[in-house]
Amino acid sequence: MSTGGQSKEETTPLAAAMAAVQEGEPPKRGDQFLAKRQRRVAYGILTPGAIYLAIAFLVPLVLVVYTSLQSGGLLSGGYRFTWAFDNYADAFSSSKQFFARSLLYSSLATIFSILLAYPMAYWISFYAGKWKSTLFFLILVPFFVSFVIRTVQWNFILADDGLLFSPLKNLGLLPDDFQVLATPIAVVAGITYNFLPFTALPLYVALDRIDKRLVEAAKDLYASRFQAFRKVVLPLSFPGLFAALILTFVPATGDYVNSSVLGSNRTVMVGQIIQTKFLRQADYPEAAALSVILMLGMLVIALAYAKVLGTEDSTLAAGAAG
Amino acid sequence: MSAVTVDRSEVVERPPMRVKRRRLTSLILPVFTIAMIVYLASPIFVMIMFSFNKLVGQRQIAKFTCCTINWWTELFAIPALNQAIRTSILVAIPAAIIATSLGTLVGLVLGRYSFRGRAPVNFVIFLAIAVPEIVLASSLLSMFVLAKSPLGYGSTLFSHIGFSIAFVAITVRARVQGIDRSLENAAQDLFATPFQAFRKVTLPLIMPGIVAGLMLSFVLSLDDFVITQFVAGAVNTFPTWVFGASRIGVPPQVNVWGTILFGAGLLAASLNLIVSFRASRKSGT
Repeated sequence: MSTGGQSKEETTPLAAAMAAVQEGEPPKRGDQFLAKRQRRVAYGILTPGAIYLAIAFLVPLVLVVYTSLQSGGLLSGGYRFTWAFDNYADAFSSSKQFFARSLLYSSLATIFSILLAYPMAYWISFYAGKWKSTLFFLILVPFFVSFVIRTVQWNFILADDGLLFSPLKNLGLLPDDFQVLATPIAVVAGITYNFLPFTALPLYVALDRIDKRLVEAAKDLYASRFQAFRKVVLPLSFPGLFAALILTFVPATGDYVNSSVLGSNRTVMVGQIIQTKFLRQADYPEAAALSVILMLGMLVIALAYAKVLGTEDSTLAAGAAG
Repeated sequence: MSAVTVDRSEVVERPPMRVKRRRLTSLILPVFTIAMIVYLASPIFVMIMFSFNKLVGQRQIAKFTCCTINWWTELFAIPALNQAIRTSILVAIPAAIIATSLGTLVGLVLGRYSFRGRAPVNFVIFLAIAVPEIVLASSLLSMFVLAKSPLGYGSTLFSHIGFSIAFVAITVRARVQGIDRSLENAAQDLFATPFQAFRKVTLPLIMPGIVAGLMLSFVLSLDDFVITQFVAGAVNTFPTWVFGASRIGVPPQVNVWGTILFGAGLLAASLNLIVSFRASRKSGT
């Protein structure tokens, strides 16, 4: 059975088949030519998409850096490129409290998301049996509704006279001046909610991959349920945990919808500053400088992530979450 | 090769783990999971409920009074909202189609060929997904400002295609990597040209990936807020219009539209699930 297939397995299968069909040559002798041909086909198919990605992603990233080094003013004849590194110093010194707040809120939200998503993902992947995909579908269903609309609904839920607190206040369980909306709690809660799928999906994927028999083996060796979890499941889920951490933390840091809709002027995050400077004040250089600072910070994290997990695995997790 | 197959057949599938004694603690996690599902769905319940909210004014308030179907019958009463919905759909459809065509080709190449430049392309795609949206939005706006190109429908469509390509590419790539290459070889052994083998064998196999990519990019475009707000200029899509309105209070029609779009999404996802379930039963996997 396997004698005929032997030669083909050693060359590239497509190249071998193409040689057999088109050129009528034995695969091994055609190798050099076919590799070149195959490469040409690959580049040809790739080109349109790659060019689009370059124009819509790489070029803008270069141009935001360019913009961040401009100086001048809209009133004094527009912005000019002058290697104005001062923009970075200005942007950082005027916005460092917003950076700090963004990092604080997104760290808190990431921790809460993981604490909420991990037990759920664990139970679904280990114990839900035939209900697995149904349950996971139910988790993702709410996210068919637009981000902004979901956040606006939280506004109604968390409002002082809203669905959650109004009944509790009427029963006298909460003081009348109890407030969550427009406080940091509301913003962190909103971020936690909105980015939870980005936490849950990589965790679920990682936990689901674990061979369940390992847990049985641990128990056969007299590990308690908790010990089996701590010594077997938890270490094996570290890649998923790490992916969840990054995929939640990075977008959460740049978010400005939650703090705009659920917060107040005392919960302003760096995203809001960038948005205001770009869209309201047309202060492009400083806004661009803030974006570049944010980008570099997140790039370091993303590179660490890619280094640990490899880009293929990580984009898969990101894609699943998106 | 054959040794591996023998190994696999020797592994006996064990029955799923069973909790020996039903303890109260074993109820904690399932109850927690159900609670989480309710928590995640709570804004959706509120959205649907508030589409029936009896209001004195034209703006939604936090207090709920039951019930009216006025907002459903007066769905089209706000011209600016109608326009925003229209724009959203007019952006999402072409964006999904173009991004799926381009992204499928990229995913196909990344999934099956190894070539110089594969790692950089993979990395760019990873970055395009991992970068915070606001950074991408600032970058695109910087480009449009520097190029002095007008902001509006065109810049929005261009940007939406851009961020969707990466998502389509990884969806298709995952699918391509999962297919058995020997099937295509078999087709070519049976005198199919490479193009025929692709069209008759590979394309049907990766079709679920392409459909998933199409749906994903449609939803991403429809939902996108941050990038749209930066590059759309004076043009509004549904999310940017709602965000603008939320400062003074959203009209209840927003809840109705949200409910309708949610229902449509649910329907599409269910159909997709049913179709793929049928297909997998038919092929016996």
